[in-house]
Amino acid sequence: MNAAILYALAGGGLFLLGLLGLLARSHLFWKVFGLNFMGSGIFLLLVAGAPRLPDGGADPVPQAMVLTGIVVAVSATAVALGMALRVMSRTGAPYLSESGGRPDSLEISEPEEAP
Amino acid sequence: MNAPELWTTVAIVGPLAAAVVSLGGGRRHILGGLALGALASCSAAVALVRTVFERGVVRHHMGGWGQPLGIELRVDGLSVVMLATTAVVGTAISFYATSYFGDAADPRVERSPAGRGARFFAPLWLFLWTALNGIYLSADLFNLYVTLEMLGLSSAALVTLAVSNKAVEAGMRYLLVSLTGSLLFLFGVALLYLGYGTLSLEGLGALEPSGTPAIWALAVMTVGLAAKTALFPLHAWLPPAHAAAPAPASALLSALVVKASFYVLARLWLHVYGVGMPGGALGRPALVVLGVLGGAAIIWGSLLALRQVSLKRLIAYSTVAQLGYLFIMFPLLPPVEGLGGGGGWSVPAFSGGIYHALSHALAKGAMFMAAGSMSYAVADDDIRAVSGVAHRLPMSFLAFGIGGLSLAGIPPSGGFVAKWLLLTAALESGRWLWAGVIVVGGLLTLAYVLLVARYALDVEREPASFRSVPRRMEWAALGLAVLAVILGLRAVEVLELLSVGGFAPWR
Repeated sequence: MNAAILYALAGGGLFLLGLLGLLARSHLFWKVFGLNFMGSGIFLLLVAGAPRLPDGGADPVPQAMVLTGIVVAVSATAVALGMALRVMSRTGAPYLSESGGRPDSLEISEPEEAP
Repeated sequence: MNAPELWTTVAIVGPLAAAVVSLGGGRRHILGGLALGALASCSAAVALVRTVFERGVVRHHMGGWGQPLGIELRVDGLSVVMLATTAVVGTAISFYATSYFGDAADPRVERSPAGRGARFFAPLWLFLWTALNGIYLSADLFNLYVTLEMLGLSSAALVTLAVSNKAVEAGMRYLLVSLTGSLLFLFGVALLYLGYGTLSLEGLGALEPSGTPAIWALAVMTVGLAAKTALFPLHAWLPPAHAAAPAPASALLSALVVKASFYVLARLWLHVYGVGMPGGALGRPALVVLGVLGGAAIIWGSLLALRQVSLKRLIAYSTVAQLGYLFIMFPLLPPVEGLGGGGGWSVPAFSGGIYHALSHALAKGAMFMAAGSMSYAVADDDIRAVSGVAHRLPMSFLAFGIGGLSLAGIPPSGGFVAKWLLLTAALESGRWLWAGVIVVGGLLTLAYVLLVARYALDVEREPASFRSVPRRMEWAALGLAVLAVILGLRAVEVLELLSVGGFAPWR
C-alpha cells in the first residue's frame, strides 16, 4: 500500500466520521464540526487521489477544486455558526427543539405565527 | 464573442451585480437592484430561448478559457425552459416583495420583522437568483457544486428573515440538511473525477460511466440531491422551513429552489448516466425506486396537507406532494418495445415530468403569494381565520384558486398538460399502477384546495380583523396564476423547445 492510498482511505474515513458526528450529536456546534470533517475528508481524498502526470507532477484540477472548496467551506461554516448563535440567543440552548421541525403527524397542527 | 454567448454571462453576472447594488440598503438600492436583476434575467432568458430555438445548443467558455480549468456554460432546451421559468416567477415575486416588505411609511417597520426583511430580502434573493441561473447553465460537476452551495446558503438565510423561534430553528435545520446534501454531492464528484478524469457533464456522458465507483458516486449524489429536493422520506425539513419563511421567500423556496436540485438529479440520471436505457449504468429497477418514493410523497404529502390548520403549512405539504410527481417521471421513461422512441426515452414521460416542474413553479408561486396576501389581511395564518376573505380580496382568492386548480390538473392549465403527458406515458406503456397514483394525487390536490376555498368563500362570516392589502401584491399573484393557465395553452411551443438537446443520453 503506498502513501496515496493511505491518504485517500483516511479521507474517506474522515468523511464518514463527520457524517456520524452530524447525525449522532445534537449540539449544533458538533454538527457544524461534523460538516467540516466531511469537507476535509473529501479534500484529502481529492488531493491524494489526483492522477500523476507523466512528468511526475500532479494533476492541477483537484488542487483547484480543493482551493475553491475551502473557500466555500469557510463561508458555509461562517453562515452555519452565525445561525447557530441566533438559535442559542433566541432559545437559550444550542440544540434544535422538536417544535422547529416536528416530524409529520396526522394530528391537527397549530397555525404559524401571524405575518 | 457573439451575442448569444454574451447572454449566458449576463444571466449570471446581471443578478450578481444587482445583489451587490441592493446591499446598499437604501430604498433606491433595493428597488434598483431588484429591477436590474429582473431585467438581466428576463432579457437573457428571452435571448437564449430565441437562440436555442433557432440554432440549437449554445456553448460558451467564460473568458475564453476551456475545460478543464475554465468554466464552460451550456444551454439546451431543458436549461432554457428552467431559466425562463425562473425569470418569470422571480420577476413576479420581486414585484410582490417590494410591497410586502416595503411598507416603509409605517414607523413600526424598522423594529418589526418586515424591517429586517426589507433590508435583507433583496440581496439574498438576488444571490439566490444568480445561483439558480448558474445551475441551469453549468456544464460541469464542480460548478454545479459551487452553485448548489450558493443556493443553499442564501435560501436558508431567507427562512430566518421571519423573526420567530420557529423560523430560526427551521432555517438552521434547512441549512444543515442543505450543507450535508451538498457535501454528499461533492463526494460523488470527487469519486467521478478520480475515476474518469473529467468534470464535464458531456465528457462523462461520452465515457458511459458504469463501473462500481461510478454507481457509488451516483448513489451518494442522489441521496444528497434528494435531501435537497425534499423527496420522501427526506422531506421533514421542508414544511417547517417553507411555512415559517416570510411569504415572498416561501414562494421562492417552493416554486424555484427545490426544482434546481431536481434538475441536477435529472441531468445526472438521464443525460450523464443514461439510467434505464440500453447500455446505461443501471436498469429500470433503479428508476422504479425513485418512482415509488415519488408516489409515496404524493399520497403522504397530500394526506398531511389535508390535516393542517395553518394555511402556509398546508401549501408546504402540497409542495412535498407535488414534488413526488417529478419523480413519477422516472419509471415511465424507458420506452416499451414496439412503441419506438428512436433510441431515447418516452417523450411524453420526459416532457410531462419537466412540464410539471414548470407549471408547479408558476402555480405554487401564485398560491404562496395569494396565501401571503390573505393572511396579511387578517393577520393570522389559521385557515379558519380567512373565513369570508374571498369577497374582500377577490383577486388574491382567484389567484389561489387558479393556482390550485392548475396543480390539480384541471384543463386548460399547465398542470393539466403535465398530468396528461404523464398519464399518456403510463397508459401507452401499460404501466397502470402509475396512472392510478397520478389520478388519486390529483383528486387529493383538489380536496385540499377546496378545503381552503370552503372557508374563504364562507359568506356567513366576516374576518375578525381586516386590513387592506397593497394592490401590487394582489396583481403579482394573479399575474402568475394567469401565466400558469397560459402555459397550458402554449404547450406546443414549450415542448418543441424542450426537445432541443434531445430525449436521449449524451453518448
